[in-house]
Amino acid sequence: MSGSAADCQYWERLLAKECRLYKLRNKQRISVSAASKLLSNMMLGYRGMGLSMGSMICGWDKQGPGLYYVDDNGTRLSGRMFSTGCGNSYAYGVVDSGYREDMTVEEAYELGRRGIAHATHRDAYSGGVVNLYHMQEDGWIKVCKEDVSELIHRYKKGMF
Amino acid sequence: MEYLIGIQGPDFVLVAADNVAASSIIQMKHDYDKMFKLSEKILLLCVGEAGDTVQFAEYIQKNVQLYKMRNGYELSPAAAANFTRKNLADYLRSRTPYHVNLLLAGYDETDGPGLYYMDYLSALAKAPFAAHGYGAFLTLSILDRYYRPDLTREEAVDLLKKCLEELNKRFILNLPSFTVRLIDKDGIHDMEKLPVGRK
Repeated sequence: MSGSAADCQYWERLLAKECRLYKLRNKQRISVSAASKLLSNMMLGYRGMGLSMGSMICGWDKQGPGLYYVDDNGTRLSGRMFSTGCGNSYAYGVVDSGYREDMTVEEAYELGRRGIAHATHRDAYSGGVVNLYHMQEDGWIKVCKEDVSELIHRYKKGMF
Repeated sequence: MEYLIGIQGPDFVLVAADNVAASSIIQMKHDYDKMFKLSEKILLLCVGEAGDTVQFAEYIQKNVQLYKMRNGYELSPAAAANFTRKNLADYLRSRTPYHVNLLLAGYDETDGPGLYYMDYLSALAKAPFAAHGYGAFLTLSILDRYYRPDLTREEAVDLLKKCLEELNKRFILNLPSFTVRLIDKDGIHDMEKLPVGRK
């Protein structure tokens, strides 16, 4: 989630509630497509009222892995890779140039870390820590939580 | 940044749209489909403000389908175009107008092929050819110069290719690929994504 922290927390918590209700009512887990559509319709209900949220809904359903980008305009896009926030262009640069179809999981973790670290380095409004999650078929795992200043220090060392 | 084009022939309509979904300076998707199938023989091409496009187009799409379910027969392209225009006009002076530019292309059993141009101010015009976006400034004159009412399907595709080549040559933004579809009495046909074999 990127944008207003309040909006992200509130609307995603509301989305979680709706998804749990869906599962109780329909006895099966909600699809990634439906979950993302719920969120985008919530955004569209408040269009023009100044919400600020850019987020990605990531999961596994009957169709396999799914990734959707949803933002406060009501844009909802399905794709294989997205980056959001004011530093997103920097992340796209690093991830696009380092991406390969045949990457291993560890290489993908490192690419994700790199994308965030380089974006926080260049963008004044980004920073803090990289929280890395891996969405697998049977659920998500937290891979790591690393401080970006330590990451950048490590990467820069390799450059000199 | 986005581009739509439609060319009507004696018994078909050829339409194309670029495949870029952009946000500010970033291309978020390179394979985004901007065409919405309203019915077996009607396509709605929709560009404009983020969120509004999909929302408005899906609303029209569902209502056209609802009409078919309620009445047992489909809305004609002309009726669908006027329905769309009315909805756009009703929202225009509300608190939440829809900022979308549309091309509606369809084939009617009695009237034949039809191409309708609609803009965000809810202006509607039936036209033999039309385009939306900055790219239209470069390509409308090409259509003026080379369009004929009796174009064959191949000639229409060649005319389309001429327009897309001009964009490639002179338009500052890179639009790498386009979805192309053709509507005739047999329905909607996907054509190969252009460019293929272009320099």
